[in-house]
Amino acid sequence: MEKEKIDAAQESSPGITRRGFLQTVGIGTLEIAVVGAVAPAVQAETRQRGNLVPLTLKVNGQRHELHVEPRWTLLYVLREKLELTGTKPGCDRGECGACTVLIDDRPRYSCLTLALEADGHEITTVEGLMHGEQLGPVQEAFVQEDGFQCGFCTPGQVVAAEGLLRHTANPDIGEIRTGMSGNLCRCGAYGHIFKAVQRAAILRK
Amino acid sequence: MIPWFTYSRPNSLKDAVKQLSVPGTRLHAGGTDLLGCLRDGVVAADKLVSISHLAELRGITRTGNGSVRIGALTTLTEIAEHPYIMEHYAALSEGASSAASPQLRNQGTIGGNISQRPRCWYFRGDFHCLRKGGEACYAVAGENQFHCIVGGQSCFIVHPSDTAPALIALEARVRITGPQGTRTLPLESFFVGPQKDFTRENVLDAGDILTEILLPAPAANHRSSYRKVRARGAWDFALAGVALSVRFSNGIVQLARIVLSGVAPVPWRVREAEKIVTGKEIDDETASQAAAACVKDAVPLAKNEYKLHLVRGVVEEALLAMKQA
Repeated sequence: MEKEKIDAAQESSPGITRRGFLQTVGIGTLEIAVVGAVAPAVQAETRQRGNLVPLTLKVNGQRHELHVEPRWTLLYVLREKLELTGTKPGCDRGECGACTVLIDDRPRYSCLTLALEADGHEITTVEGLMHGEQLGPVQEAFVQEDGFQCGFCTPGQVVAAEGLLRHTANPDIGEIRTGMSGNLCRCGAYGHIFKAVQRAAILRK
Repeated sequence: MIPWFTYSRPNSLKDAVKQLSVPGTRLHAGGTDLLGCLRDGVVAADKLVSISHLAELRGITRTGNGSVRIGALTTLTEIAEHPYIMEHYAALSEGASSAASPQLRNQGTIGGNISQRPRCWYFRGDFHCLRKGGEACYAVAGENQFHCIVGGQSCFIVHPSDTAPALIALEARVRITGPQGTRTLPLESFFVGPQKDFTRENVLDAGDILTEILLPAPAANHRSSYRKVRARGAWDFALAGVALSVRFSNGIVQLARIVLSGVAPVPWRVREAEKIVTGKEIDDETASQAAAACVKDAVPLAKNEYKLHLVRGVVEEALLAMKQA
């Protein structure tokens, strides 16, 4: 009886998540860094706080009221402020495609988009392609066709594929190769990725 | 993280020009080139002025006299997929669709593509090069395989745009609004090579905004194309490329414009090659002569002699393809 209570309590409490743990470690590191250079760090902080700008972001159909620094990218805000960590930071310079999101149904690099520029637009991240706890058809297609190896680029690949299929429901192999050309896969799983997009076109119907 | 800046999004062109006239201010259109430059410290900005709310700078419209107006904020995807552009200005849709990656074409604007900064790795990297106010061009004795073979002097960048050569071939003009008012000029005169001023790539001054591109009405018996050679099949800059615009009469070339990409600090128009094909049929001989004229003045650097062969090949191929089309 007593044991059951404890188990139930553990079940319902959030506990330590992987992300929460990483954030705690991150804060620890930051404190150490500040000790090394107190003055500049404090100065930078003051300057930033004075310049937070209000912003409403519409992500996966949900509205979020935020205050952001003008220099924050959409990628940064999605991951660090909205905790939508499915969108991955890869190169952080608009080359690899890991950070791909849809803005008004078109794939874009969230690392090269200022959060303020996403104001008034519909943003869809990989989380928004789920049906509740079920994988969406493009995600399912990547599983079925083994369209990944290490998986780091996969959220970006999936979102790019979704963007392609929203405009071209039945792409031929040339259109798939072109449509997916802004997403790099370091493992070189391209053959499987192209098959996954072909399957996704069928599963989406 | 990108260095700190403030941000403003004016609702009128006039206000944008006023705000951009202040030193330390930079224009934000699509942002794909700007944010990279800010992050790498290639340029600095105290303030960004976003023109994304200036709806009049967006879209493709046909005017009464048949010419076409393209707002500077029109994305490369919108241009690449536009049926009228595809039909009558093929070189432009081919240039727009071969630039960058799908994600960047969805965000990058035509104005930005024309005005983007060079991709030279010394300019983009931690080198205080001539173009950034330093003493020397590091490409001269360095890794210069992707640098220019013609038009370089003191600085050896190549102009990275795929749409600009196409637009020059198509006789495009650009409209610029600045603190002194509005002016219209041929796109060809928009670019500034290093022999004239190695600190800039075009005529835009503080407060100037490139607002639109104007294309002449499509002519009868006119064809155009853009062909680009790159190291990868997609998502890469041109090693060499050529934009062609030709008017025919019974198979004879009446008028030709030949503009190279990937080989010079500005989109490189070759009048001598244009003369060679004008008044003739395009055949193996004229194509070969025109291709040779395209590299006649070229002086390659230590590691980019291969571009001479690429230019000759791509020009010849593009001319012959146009004849068959």
